[in-house]
Amino acid sequence: MSKSSTAGDQPAIEAHGLVKVFGQNRALDGIDLTVRRGQVFGFLGPNGAGKTTTIRVLATLTRFDSGVARVLGHDVISERDAIRARVAVTGQFAALDEDLTGYENLIILGRLHGLSRAAGKQRADDLLAAFDLTHAGGRPVGGYSGGMRRRLDIAAGLIVTPDLLFLDEPTTGLDPRSRNQVWELVRRIAAAGTTVLLTTQYLEEADQLAEQIAVIDQGRIVAEGTSAQLKSRVGSGTLHVRLLDGEQRAQAQQVLAGALEGTVHPAADPLALSMLLATPADATDVGRLVGHALTRLAEAQVGIAEVALGQPSLDEAFLALTGHPAGPATTDQEDVNR
Amino acid sequence: MSTPAAVTGPAAAGTDRIGLLLAGSPARRRAGALAASATFGRRAMLKIKHDPKQLVDSVAIPILITVLFTYLFGGAISGSPGEYLEVLLPGTLSMSIAIVTMYGGARLAKDVTTGAFDRFRSLPTWRGALVFGGLLSDAARYLFASAIVVVLGLVMGYRPDGGAGGVLAAVALVVAFGLSLSLLWAAVALLVPDPAVVISIANVVLMPLSFASNIFVQPSTMPGWLQAFVEVNPLSHVATAARGLMNDAGGTGASVVWALVATAAITAVCAPLALHLYSRRG
Repeated sequence: MSKSSTAGDQPAIEAHGLVKVFGQNRALDGIDLTVRRGQVFGFLGPNGAGKTTTIRVLATLTRFDSGVARVLGHDVISERDAIRARVAVTGQFAALDEDLTGYENLIILGRLHGLSRAAGKQRADDLLAAFDLTHAGGRPVGGYSGGMRRRLDIAAGLIVTPDLLFLDEPTTGLDPRSRNQVWELVRRIAAAGTTVLLTTQYLEEADQLAEQIAVIDQGRIVAEGTSAQLKSRVGSGTLHVRLLDGEQRAQAQQVLAGALEGTVHPAADPLALSMLLATPADATDVGRLVGHALTRLAEAQVGIAEVALGQPSLDEAFLALTGHPAGPATTDQEDVNR
Repeated sequence: MSTPAAVTGPAAAGTDRIGLLLAGSPARRRAGALAASATFGRRAMLKIKHDPKQLVDSVAIPILITVLFTYLFGGAISGSPGEYLEVLLPGTLSMSIAIVTMYGGARLAKDVTTGAFDRFRSLPTWRGALVFGGLLSDAARYLFASAIVVVLGLVMGYRPDGGAGGVLAAVALVVAFGLSLSLLWAAVALLVPDPAVVISIANVVLMPLSFASNIFVQPSTMPGWLQAFVEVNPLSHVATAARGLMNDAGGTGASVVWALVATAAITAVCAPLALHLYSRRG
């Protein structure tokens, strides 16, 4: 399906110095981006960081103030229709008609893609079946669950197989089961050869899906690399310890700081502590490190209620990468400044 | 807490089909301008089908205007209901359609602010398709409202001398004029995408058009400056032309021409303007 007329070796996306200003706010403050063909590229950042604006610019939906961007070899400004013919946008802002049924939504979009009546019906049936929505196809989308809606949304992006798929926060607000279903869909779509640019607020999601990750903050890319490269900068994970007795927290903090490299943060919960672990040379060492730390706590007679080892949160990653917390984005200016 | 649970159940089976689905994609073709417009027209009709409440305005306003103003002003005109309906009914037809045009603009304003609009824009279809497709469903709505007015008139005792042909010609003229107004509201909606604002602006324009006209009152009873306005008010000409066509009265050729000129002029300004404003939004 990627037998495109233009040279296949060009990157799917190539952007330099993209700037977009909304009033006082520099939503994009010099974005440079290269996405290879066939790649799943993750765009990670908090609300209002500029993720949606970047997608809107690359999908030819928002004009930008300066910079250059080529998508699938076509200029974003002068070859808009050529790009529109080959990309699909789904997610936060590209929505469906709530009062039409799932089937009708797909039929209408099929006709707008130039499919014949018969081909449109066939494709709608196939998409509903493949996305496990056949039973819901005759119901208005307004009554769908979040997971169903997201699946239909992605299906709507595949009426004609795109060369490049933009997924704007595909799992925000979904329950874990629906989230896993969407992840599986994204993997299948990527495996079939479509380049995917997805935005997310979740480090774990980027880690699960994306080969290359760019971290965006206040309209700038603050870090980029593979998941492993970013983790080596951020740390391998976070150790969460919950004590039996809050009186012992200061003592526990001291013991942990001595046992492991890294800073121990008292959590909001007066019984809890968390610690970002530096990445050891090989992954099996994490267990040894944690075991060592727990032994030291036990020797110090600190009573422990719970221990958990998790991935670093976006906040922790931001703190490590940018030196400041992801923090409350001023507002959701991307939505406000449409 | 971040354990990736195994994907189970029907979705897992479904995803096996994704690869096949992507490989078996239909060929990409650019939808023609006409096909795309017709699709948007169909979309608007489907929305009405799912939510018939949208038609309440288009049904209630023609009934209210026709019944209310016929009995309100009918007494001031001498003769039987059949006689004064000759004067009033073509007027209430023109006014009813003019008023219900504003809901098309409100619908476009609402459409433009939804995410669905972004998805449509991300397709390489003709830019005017959403606006002109909306006109197709508007035309159906105006025909429906016209039928209500005509049937009500017949029930109240109106017997048009122009016959079915005259009535159809009048309805065609009134609907054509209504569609030119639709383009005006479309331009307004694309400029200020807020349904409430579109309705307010449309009301401010339609009130004087409806009442400072020859629909209910003979202009000869008005002060000179108002008569001057009534003379240039396109809705006056539309109403006069409709009267002539429905009642088969002579000497209304000039009004028909003026009504068509007004329709063409509004269209000539508002169609490119709406297209330009639409493109500017994306």
